Amino acid sequence: MLRQAWLIAAKDLRLEFRSRTAFLSSLVFTALVLAIFNFARDPTVLSGTDLAPGILWITFCFAGLLGLNRAFALERENRTLDGLLLAPVDRSALYLGKAIANLVFVGTVEAVALPLFAIFFNVPLWPVLGPLLGIVALATVGFVAIGTLLSAIAVNTRFAELMLPVLMLPFLVPPITGAVQLTARVFAARPLAELSGWLRLLVAYDVVVVVAALLVFEYTLDE
Amino acid sequence: MTPIEQAQRALERSRILTLIALGLLGTVYVRAIWFTPVEAIQGPAQKIFYIHAPSAWSAFLAVVVVGLCSVLYLMLRDARIDRLAASSAEVGTVFTTAVLITGPIWGKPIWGAWWTWDARLTSTLFLWFILVGYLVLRSAVREPRQRARFAAVLGILGMLLVPFIHLSVKMFRTLHPQPVVMNPEGPTLPGQMLATLLFSFAVFTVLYAGLTWQRYAQSALEDARGDARAEGAR
Amino acid sequence: MTAAPQSTRNAQSGAPALAVQGLSRAFGHVRALREVSFTLGRGEVLAVFGPNGAGKTTLLRILAGLLRPDAGSVALDGAPLVRGDAAQRRRLGLISHASLCYDGLTAAENLEFYGRLYELPDPRARAREALAGVALADRADTLTWSMSRGMLQRLAIARALLHEPDIVLLDEPFTGLDQHAAAGLREQLARLRSARRSVVLVTHNLEEGLDLATHVAIQVGGRFAHCAPRQGGVAEYRERYAHLTAGA
Repeated sequence: MLRQAWLIAAKDLRLEFRSRTAFLSSLVFTALVLAIFNFARDPTVLSGTDLAPGILWITFCFAGLLGLNRAFALERENRTLDGLLLAPVDRSALYLGKAIANLVFVGTVEAVALPLFAIFFNVPLWPVLGPLLGIVALATVGFVAIGTLLSAIAVNTRFAELMLPVLMLPFLVPPITGAVQLTARVFAARPLAELSGWLRLLVAYDVVVVVAALLVFEYTLDE
Repeated sequence: MTPIEQAQRALERSRILTLIALGLLGTVYVRAIWFTPVEAIQGPAQKIFYIHAPSAWSAFLAVVVVGLCSVLYLMLRDARIDRLAASSAEVGTVFTTAVLITGPIWGKPIWGAWWTWDARLTSTLFLWFILVGYLVLRSAVREPRQRARFAAVLGILGMLLVPFIHLSVKMFRTLHPQPVVMNPEGPTLPGQMLATLLFSFAVFTVLYAGLTWQRYAQSALEDARGDARAEGAR
Repeated sequence: MTAAPQSTRNAQSGAPALAVQGLSRAFGHVRALREVSFTLGRGEVLAVFGPNGAGKTTLLRILAGLLRPDAGSVALDGAPLVRGDAAQRRRLGLISHASLCYDGLTAAENLEFYGRLYELPDPRARAREALAGVALADRADTLTWSMSRGMLQRLAIARALLHEPDIVLLDEPFTGLDQHAAAGLREQLARLRSARRSVVLVTHNLEEGLDLATHVAIQVGGRFAHCAPRQGGVAEYRERYAHLTAGA
């Protein structure tokens, strides 16, 4: 099953790499959002590090949301989804493949956004890079897991671009809240004990979401 | 009896139940305003609690029904189960809205602000978003079987999300006054107030049942009429 | 082949390749398929004619395992069609009027991808072979989005037959094909018939499907208004078709 998932993910990534449209658009969008946030605050009143975690995660959210519909939207062209469903492919492998492709996509956008963020808001990332990357990874997994599943539903509706955020944003409250809290504490160099509550929440959320998505995904397919 | 006649009869009966519940609701108001003592610290504003808490209870009932129906639908694929889920979601949205409106009304004189992001109300706000998202999804999918399937998936995911939202919000902040009824040491409301509250809970349960049944029967009637029209067209 | 319910058969060699019994499916209030039954043996080609909206595509999608029927059953070689069964999926092939291929990949890449999904030995070689079989060998490295309709249809055929399915389902395959491409498709279908595969061909175009068919069905309003071995020529069937679709 993992082999098939990887096959599908590789195919998606190859397609994306060839056209690069979605990826480049996401990058530009991310940079723009970060830049606009500069005007949304008064740097003389609040230091960059106070608002920074929120800005970072809202930016990731927006950029991620735009990229998620890609995965299933591309299977509507030429009805290739039928091709996948006709093949002896496990439904869970299909979900996993799409989720992995989304993870790589969102992860790459984040990888570019993070240094940009550090530069724009003058936030020193090097001392906290390890823990920060861990938090980003944890939150992104949850984000992508639920987003991939919901986009499988959303692409079947008329206004898919609007439907996905409407459905998904409530599901982002736990991971984003956790990510922002953890990021803020990490920037402030708080001890690990203070982070454990939120860390456990994130991990539990990720586990529940991934398991639920694997179980429920087949019901989002035509029948 | 034809399906249309069945649905019509169910609709009539459910309307009666709802009317009874509304009548009882009236007596709750009367009892709460005139026959229940005023709370010492919070004053008359506290009386909205007799509507606020039971509304939350009805909303909770509605969400549980939606969650259960979602699971059952995916197992049994019975359109009636999906109809019940949809009806319950609509009624649940109404009650959740009631909680979100009565909450600030109660809170303003006591906390000094309309909205303070207190843990319980914030959780309820996101519950509202989940329910509305559920209804929006339903309205965006035309084919009935696909709609039922998608709604069921969202219903299950929503059900799983609720405890996480609750936890996140609670960990973020807590301002809500101590729960006055569901308290391990026993309810801290004096006799009269407790009686009014429990009576109100019961009335709201009946109101939920009546409204949901009514919506269900209405939906069944629409479907039966649509089927008859489609048959007649052949 | 019969249109009536099939009597019990041995699930081994005696069973027909494809046996459909009482298939029904509705979408909301629309009854797309109403109690369709037929059986199909090896080397037999069933041509299903019908006007738009008769439920032909619904029938094919159920046979392909892409759609679940409300009632009725489908059996492959006597064994009931189970939607999750990988072995059964390997035996089915679908040629739709959509190509089921990715625009951003080359012809060869598309076939290799499917070859790997179907776990074929040496997918790359198999892909080249398949392309040669539909006269697309020189287009192996062309991106699919730049292909003409005829080429795309040939690619779709190569894709569908890559894993050498026993049962081939075709949904309006002649749509948009010019003379040359249509002739190529007819040739492919004749080859399938002589290779003892079973074919269900759905179309609204009598001329295209009739000469290949061993059995003919006319679907109107979700039902099989006619279903029998082929007898007679285009003229007779045209008359019969007009007569059956007059009331619809």
